[in-house]
Amino acid sequence: MNFDFSDEQKMFADQVRRSLADTCTMKEVRTVLESSTGLSRATWKALAELGVLGAAVPEERGGAGLGALELCAAAYEIGYALAPVPFVASTGVCAEALRRYGNDSQQEKWLPLLAEGSAIGTHALSSGGSTLRMEGGRISGRARLVPYGVQADLALMQADSAGGTVLILVPLNGAGVTRKSLMTLDPTRPLADLTFEGVAAEILPTGNEDAVATLVDGAAILLAFEQVGAAQRALEMAREYALQRTAFGFPIGTYQAIKHKLADMFIKIETARVHAYWGAWALSVDAPDLPLAAAGAHLSASDALRFAAQENVQTHGGIGFTWESDCQFFYRRAQADSLAFGPSQRWRERIVGALSAQAA
Amino acid sequence: MDFNDSPEEATYRAKARAWLEAHARRRTDGGARGMAVADGSNLGEAKAWQALKADAGYAGITIQAPYGAGGTPIEAVIYRQEEGQFEVPFGVYEIGLGMAIPTVIAHGSDAHRDRYVRKALRGEEIWCQLFSEPAGGSDLAALRTKGVRDGDDWLVTGQKVWTSGAHYADYGILLVRTDPSRPKHKGLTMFIVDMKAPGVEVRPIRTMAGSAEFNEVFFDNVRIPDSDRLGEAGNGWNVAISTLMTERMQAGMGFGFVSAHDVLRLARRYGQDDALITQRVADFWINDQALKLLSYRAQTSLSQGGFPGPEQAVNKAIEAAQGQQAAYFCMDLLGAEGALAAAEVGEHWAGVETSWMWASAMRIAGGSDEILRNIIAERVLGLPGDPRPDRNTPFNELKH
Ligand SMILES: Cc1cc2nc3c(=O)[nH]c(=O)nc-3n(C[C@H](O)[C@H](O)[C@H](O)COP(=O)(O)OP(=O)(O)OC[C@H]3O[C@@H](n4cnc5c(N)ncnc54)[C@H](O)[C@@H]3O)c2cc1C
Repeated sequence: MNFDFSDEQKMFADQVRRSLADTCTMKEVRTVLESSTGLSRATWKALAELGVLGAAVPEERGGAGLGALELCAAAYEIGYALAPVPFVASTGVCAEALRRYGNDSQQEKWLPLLAEGSAIGTHALSSGGSTLRMEGGRISGRARLVPYGVQADLALMQADSAGGTVLILVPLNGAGVTRKSLMTLDPTRPLADLTFEGVAAEILPTGNEDAVATLVDGAAILLAFEQVGAAQRALEMAREYALQRTAFGFPIGTYQAIKHKLADMFIKIETARVHAYWGAWALSVDAPDLPLAAAGAHLSASDALRFAAQENVQTHGGIGFTWESDCQFFYRRAQADSLAFGPSQRWRERIVGALSAQAA
Repeated sequence: MDFNDSPEEATYRAKARAWLEAHARRRTDGGARGMAVADGSNLGEAKAWQALKADAGYAGITIQAPYGAGGTPIEAVIYRQEEGQFEVPFGVYEIGLGMAIPTVIAHGSDAHRDRYVRKALRGEEIWCQLFSEPAGGSDLAALRTKGVRDGDDWLVTGQKVWTSGAHYADYGILLVRTDPSRPKHKGLTMFIVDMKAPGVEVRPIRTMAGSAEFNEVFFDNVRIPDSDRLGEAGNGWNVAISTLMTERMQAGMGFGFVSAHDVLRLARRYGQDDALITQRVADFWINDQALKLLSYRAQTSLSQGGFPGPEQAVNKAIEAAQGQQAAYFCMDLLGAEGALAAAEVGEHWAGVETSWMWASAMRIAGGSDEILRNIIAERVLGLPGDPRPDRNTPFNELKH
C-alpha cells in the first residue's frame, strides 16, 4: 500500500504549478472567458514546454515516456490554475488513444505534434447525438458537442461502417469539414458541432471492444484531478475571504455558519481526492476496477467542485455575484466539467452494475 | 502509488484472514455490527473472543512487546479491515484498548504497564473512559469533578456521565479538576481509578435504543493513590488530548452501519430496482469507498512514520451521517412496513434498525458533527476559533 505520488511525480507537479502561476493567472482566465478564443495559447505552450502534453507519450514519439500518474499529477495543477486548455480532450483522450491503439504510421504522424502542442486533438466520445457514417475511407455526417471542436486539428470519433462501429481519426483542417461554435455556460470550455462531407478518415485499429470505455474512464479520471484542483482553489479563495472580510465586528470566518460551510467543502474535496488517487492508480496499472474507480472519481469530483464553487460565491456575498469576481470561473467550470462525460445517472448505473456483479 | 498490499502486507492479511475464518463467522447479511451490544449483554462472549485474539497476537497489535504484539500500525489497520467482515463481539473493549490503555502506556509508570496492560489485552480487566460530565461534554475542560490532595492520596468527589461500559468496567481513566484557581484547561489531572473502590457508584442510563450502555458515575470522596496519577498534576488536559489523538490511530475501524452493498441487497430482496435506488446506492457507495480509501491513506502516512492529523475528523463526519441516511432509505423500501421493528421484520433487518438508532448516537459521541467541523475549520483550515471568553480566567472565578 502506497497512497501517494512519488517524489519525482510531486516535483513534476510542483514545476507545473510554478509555471502556471506565471502564465495562467486569473487575469489570463478572464481574458479567455471574455474573448471567443476558447483557450489560452500561452498556457498551452507553457505546458508543452514543460513536457506535460507529452508526459505519457513514448520517447521515440517525442514524449517523455512517463505515464498516467504524471498526467494525473499535472491535471491537478491544471485544474488548480483553472487553466483554459484542452488537456483532457487532446492529451487525455486523443494522444492516449493513439498511444494505446494507433498503428506505427498514425503514431509517427500525430503523437509528436500532440506532444509538442502544435496540434490539438479532441474527441466526440461522450456527447451522443453524433451520426457519422464511414464508406471507402471517407466520413459524412455530424458530430455533436465536440469539446474545442473549433480549435482542434484532429478528432477521435466513432462512425458506423459496413464492418460495424469503428473508432476513427479525422484531421479537421481540410475541406469538407464545417465547424459551428456553440455558446457555452463556460466560455473557457468551448463546444462545437462539426459536419463532415466526404472527409478522409483513418480507422484506429483498437482490436478491443472496450477501447472507447477505457478511454473515457481514463479521461474522466484526469478530469477528476482537474476538478479536485479547482475545488481546492475555490476553498482557498473562500478561506482567504473569510479571514479578511469582517461583519458584526469579527472576520466572517469566525462564524460557524461560514466555518462549517468551509469544513463541508473540505470533506467533499477529500472524498473526491481519495477517489481520484484510486482512479489514478487503477489507470496506471489498467486495474480490473478501472470502470468503478472512474465512476467514483468522476461523480465525487463533480460533486466537490459544484459544492465548492457554489459555496465560494455564497461566502463572498454580493461581490461574489459580480462579473468582476473570480467566483464565476469556478461556478461555470463546475457545471461544464460535471457534464463532460454524459449524465451523472449513467455513471451511477455503472457503479450499481459493478456492485451487483460483485455480489453475484 | 500502489493500492495493492506489499508482499509482507499480503502475507499478514492472508494470515489474519485465515485465522478469522477458522475462529469466526463471516458476515453475510450486512447490517450493523453496531455499538448496541456495548450494554454488556454479550460480556461472556466478548471476553472469550478477546482472550482468543490476544493469544493469537491480534489484541493490542501496535503495543510494544512484552505487553502487546509489537506489530506495526499497518498490521493493525489490516487486521481491523479483515475483522470488520466477520461476526465478532463488538463494543466492550474498543474504548478501553483504543483509548484508556494507550494513555496508561504513554503516561503511566513501568509498574502500571506491568500491572494493567496484559490483563486488559486478554480481556480479563475492562476499562472505561471517565471524561464527560454534566457540565463538560463538547466543552470537556469545563468539567467540575474535583480532586483534593490528602497525604499520599487524592480524594475525588463529583460526577461523570455517558460513561460507556462503566457498569462492567474494572478500571477507568478519570479526568479531574485538581486546581480550580487556574484557568479551565490548566488545573486538570488524569488518574487511573479502580471502579470497585469505595465511594464509586455507577448508575446505568437507558439509551434511546432501550438498552443501558452508558452510565452516570458518582464519586464520593474516592481515595486514589498519587501513584495512580497519569502525567503531572495540572497536565491532565494534555494527557486527555493525547488520549483523543490515539483515536486517530483507529483508521479502518468502522461502526458497521448498513453499507451501499447492504442497501442494494435489501432493495433486490424486496424486488425494487429503479433510478432512485441506483442514485442513492451509488452515492452511498462513494462514501463507503472514500472511507476505505481514507483508511488506506492513513495507513500510508503511518507506514512513512507520520501521524494522521486533524483531517481524520472527516471520517466520522461522513460515516455517522451516512449510517443514518442509509437506514432511512432502507426503511423507506418497505413502505408502511418500514415502521415495524426488526423483531417483526426478521433477522436480516437488525442491522438497519441498529444503524438507524446508533448512527444518531455516533453523530454525538467522540466529537459531535459540529465539533468535528470546528476541528476541520480551525485546525486544518486555520480559521479563527469560536469566541472562548472563559479561556484565561481562573476556573473558580467563572460564572457557572
Ligand atoms: C453513545 C455515547 C457513548 C459515550 N461514551 C462516552 C464515554 O465512554 N466516556 C465519555 O467520557 N464520554 C462519552 N460520551 C459523551 C460524549 O463524548 C459527549 O456526549 C459529547 O462530547 C457531547 O457532549 P454533550 O453530550 O455534553 O453535548 P453538548 O456538548 O452539550 O452539545 C450539545 C449540542 O451542542 C453542540 N455544540 C456544543 N459545543 C458547540 C460548539 N462550540 N459549536 C457548535 N455546536 C456546539 C453539539 O454539537 C451538540 O449538538 C458518549 C456519548 C454517547 C452518545
